[in-house]
Amino acid sequence: MKYEATIGLETHIMQKTASKMFCACKYEYGAAPNTHVCPVCLGYPGALPVMNEKAIELCCKAGLLLGCEINPCSKWDRKNYFYPDMAKNYQITQADEPLCLGGELEVDVDGEMKTFTLERIHQEENAAKNTHVAGASLVDYNRAGTALMEIVSNPCMHSSADALAYLVALKQIMEYGGISDCNPEKGQIRSDVNVSVRPVGQEELGSKVEIKNMNSFAFIQQAIEYEIDRQTDLLEAGGAVVQETRGFDSDRGETFSQRTKENAHDYRYFPEPDLMPVKISAEQVEQWRSELPELPAQRRERYVKELSLPEYDAGVLTADKIISDYFDEIIMKADHPKLVSNLVMGKGMSWMNEIGQAEYLSIMTPAVTGEVVGLVAKKVISNNAMNELVDILVERKGGDPKAIVEEKGMAQVSNDSALEGWADEAIAANPKPVEEYKAGNTASINFLMGQVMKASRGKANPGAVMQVLKQKLDG
Amino acid sequence: MADLHKLTIAELSEKLAAGECTSVEVVNDVLASIDTTDGKVGAYLTIDRNSALEQAKAADGARTAGKELPLLGIPVAIKDLLNVKGQPCTCSSKILEGYTAPYDATVIAKLREAGAVLLGRVNMDEFAMGSSTENAALGKTSNPWNSDHVPGGSSGGSAACVAADEAIAALGSDTGGSIRQPAAFCGCVGVKPTYGRVSRYGLTAFASSLDQIGPLAKTVKDSAILLEVLCGHDKMDSSSIDMEVPAFGRNLSDDTSLAGMKLGLPKEYFVEGMDPEVEKAVRDAVGHCKSLGAEIVDVSLPHSKYAIAVYYIIATAEASANLARFDGIRYGLRIDGKNPLELYGKTRAAGFGAEVKRRVILGTYVLSSGYYDAYYKRAQKVRTLIRNDFTEAFKQCDAILAPVTPTPAYKLGEKTDDPLKMYLDDILTTPVNLAGNCALSLPCGFSSTGLPIGLQIIGDSFAEETILKVGHAYEQTTEWHKQKPGL
Amino acid sequence: MSEAKEGMDVGYVAHLARIDLTEEETALFQGQLDQVLHYVEQLDELDVGDVEPTAHAIPVYNVLRKDEVGQSLDHADVIANAPAATDGEVRVPKIIDQ
Ligand SMILES: [Mg+2]
Ligand SMILES: [Zn+2]
Repeated sequence: MKYEATIGLETHIMQKTASKMFCACKYEYGAAPNTHVCPVCLGYPGALPVMNEKAIELCCKAGLLLGCEINPCSKWDRKNYFYPDMAKNYQITQADEPLCLGGELEVDVDGEMKTFTLERIHQEENAAKNTHVAGASLVDYNRAGTALMEIVSNPCMHSSADALAYLVALKQIMEYGGISDCNPEKGQIRSDVNVSVRPVGQEELGSKVEIKNMNSFAFIQQAIEYEIDRQTDLLEAGGAVVQETRGFDSDRGETFSQRTKENAHDYRYFPEPDLMPVKISAEQVEQWRSELPELPAQRRERYVKELSLPEYDAGVLTADKIISDYFDEIIMKADHPKLVSNLVMGKGMSWMNEIGQAEYLSIMTPAVTGEVVGLVAKKVISNNAMNELVDILVERKGGDPKAIVEEKGMAQVSNDSALEGWADEAIAANPKPVEEYKAGNTASINFLMGQVMKASRGKANPGAVMQVLKQKLDG
Repeated sequence: MADLHKLTIAELSEKLAAGECTSVEVVNDVLASIDTTDGKVGAYLTIDRNSALEQAKAADGARTAGKELPLLGIPVAIKDLLNVKGQPCTCSSKILEGYTAPYDATVIAKLREAGAVLLGRVNMDEFAMGSSTENAALGKTSNPWNSDHVPGGSSGGSAACVAADEAIAALGSDTGGSIRQPAAFCGCVGVKPTYGRVSRYGLTAFASSLDQIGPLAKTVKDSAILLEVLCGHDKMDSSSIDMEVPAFGRNLSDDTSLAGMKLGLPKEYFVEGMDPEVEKAVRDAVGHCKSLGAEIVDVSLPHSKYAIAVYYIIATAEASANLARFDGIRYGLRIDGKNPLELYGKTRAAGFGAEVKRRVILGTYVLSSGYYDAYYKRAQKVRTLIRNDFTEAFKQCDAILAPVTPTPAYKLGEKTDDPLKMYLDDILTTPVNLAGNCALSLPCGFSSTGLPIGLQIIGDSFAEETILKVGHAYEQTTEWHKQKPGL
Repeated sequence: MSEAKEGMDVGYVAHLARIDLTEEETALFQGQLDQVLHYVEQLDELDVGDVEPTAHAIPVYNVLRKDEVGQSLDHADVIANAPAATDGEVRVPKIIDQ
């Protein structure tokens, strides 16, 4: 029998707000423990939550970017469970009336376009952070109560490749939309993964296993692959999959059962009496829609159509919003999109790999890069010299491109008596290619051109050299 | 003792303004009264002597400097479930042992702004769960009129200290009658404001959709003055209503005519088993209002009999979540365990009293998987019917007259073994909390054994002015409120 | 509430509520709460099919705050309230996944 896997993801994304979801404490990663806390986010007696307007806006905008319908009236619920990272021992979340309903994401999975559908997006609050030390655990409540939204996909994916492509696309859209920085190391994007396997042709889904709270995309992929294999093996051997929550051991690349006698959770959801429902008008939705930023797909199209960049360039440049924003800023200053694209995708990306994106961008600012590109465009330096110039700028951690060109004598020679001299020398020293050229083999001129470039030690402007040679030979 | 402690806010404000006494004198008098009588009453958990005198001194200074504030120099007692910065807030529970409030409840900030002197914190049923102040882990409170009897609850300490002249006024909270019932038992005036009138920020929550803070005072006028200070929109409480607050105290007219006013009498509120003395006192009060010019009309609140069932489902459900935070992790009592699960179980076992445990368990049950629709959702729907009853009734009348409790204060220990019996006594007060409207309780007589009897005046949502007007007219033309317990 | 009539298991629910009860308490509460549950069964008399549930007594919508950073608590006060702390963090017994 053949088996197929079904995968659904519940992805928690921390929104880019200044303050927390229900209190005015600052949201800041890496602050000293328990310094951004107040009676509300610590669950002190008498404290009450008040909704952060910006979080609601960001959640709805995320929904609009993903084609969701905005719920005209959504409400809040309490999800009850005891855990040291839950200050109130209930989480404020949205059970039956979330902010966003439906939605979908069109994704390129290894060259094939697939559409993955969403069930909903709801707003909730984050938990605190636990760390474990010998014999105890320590709790830092700085993260407690920060704005967190949960994007719930339908069980519509069938492979780890599907899930990865979905996550990469989702992350990209959230970054472009200014919804979240989606930094996995900071826990800003974490997913619960549901995996089930069933015989092909069977209508109902198999028993589902949930793997909770993973932030690394690579681990998510590994966990899914492991689970599909494990469940398929079980079924093939005539066994049954137990519906349960499993953890992922990243060292061994395996999932493991987390079931204890603690039985299934009973979250005892009920409407949150401390918070009022949220009504969102059609006008508000249209206002938010009009404020939505350009998405990667739209940007790719603009690069191809308006900037005449090759599809390949457009894809590479838009993969990362930071790079794409950077590129946009340079062409505003320097124009010449293809030249800029060559620089960014060539030397730029190789240096970013070496010294880090942030470091590179701080040296090769849009202004500096624009100047370098300008020098090439005005034919002051050649393409080769451009690469050399970038290397020097990076190695020196900055500098004035023009001054370096002068210092290193990198300016190319054009329209100069020297050019004529080198051309005469090359013609005189190479009678054979000259003859061939004159006999109609126009390609032979390239050899002469190489000789001139060599003599100029690369400084000659190739276009100018070609012109001079042609004048002399065709003469 | 200059007997200043026996005066009302209105009387003291006049004397203070006229320079006939100082706030320090008032506070000293009240402290002396506490010293002589609280041994018998047991209203206070903590008396902040030095701080109270300092606040009084500051108030006197402000007055000399020309400041005029509604409660300037008036000593007020606080129910111990309101957070006062730098002080414990015990909720009469062992589980909050060691907790120091790092912030002021909004009403505390408002009292401070109004110039009030915070005297100390008074006893209550643990987490406001009870009707007799017997569910208190840290002290026993008696009824000032007869120390063998309960003061009522959960704001028993607040009512007792006002009745015993151990405070000029007090703050209480009312989730199912916790201001009105002790006010009736102790012979003082208590107001349960419309839900959303007074900010709940800083009030340790029992049942969030029902809780309201309100005043307990010696007269209707004083209640109005205090209520005016407490009300107002608060951005820290999402359920706080953003609307103009009438000048309850300043606008209260001394005109005792009720001509043109329609007062409703709900037949459902004269319940089976009601003490005949209570029924008579209330019916006499109705007659009295008629003599003041009011038209009495019969109204019906047909779903009232379901209020107890609805209340004990909704209130305990909300409480089960609200009290989950008392877990021994961030503050309060901790009994250690080898893992958090064990710590929770032990801490909450040791920290909560029996009534709190019972209610948390009941609330957990009605929300648990498979039972939500049968209990909680159904209760919410019946809550709608109870609200609709009031909406209909207020189409026919301006306010409703009713008893507060089926009986006067019962004896200490009389009902502690039978929770359901104790719950059933809330039948006349819980409907108002469920509907969200306002009500006040004021003295309207005494039993043959000398215990006070209360009259309840129920108003529509945001109709505090109406019930204060009726109450004030009744009070000015009767003498009940002038009687004092023989302590 | 037909399905609810089989009654509550106080021991189990107390565990959900994270309250360790003694045997005496369990037995006492079982009796008392069974009585209360029996009492609330009177709500079954009512036909509430199309009645809207009331979650908030006074309906209000969209109570929002601006996304502005305000005052947090003094770290020392937070730690002073905590029954146990290490290096500025709240210490709890080792969390084993439950
Ligand atoms: Mg969630
Ligand atoms: Zn906070």
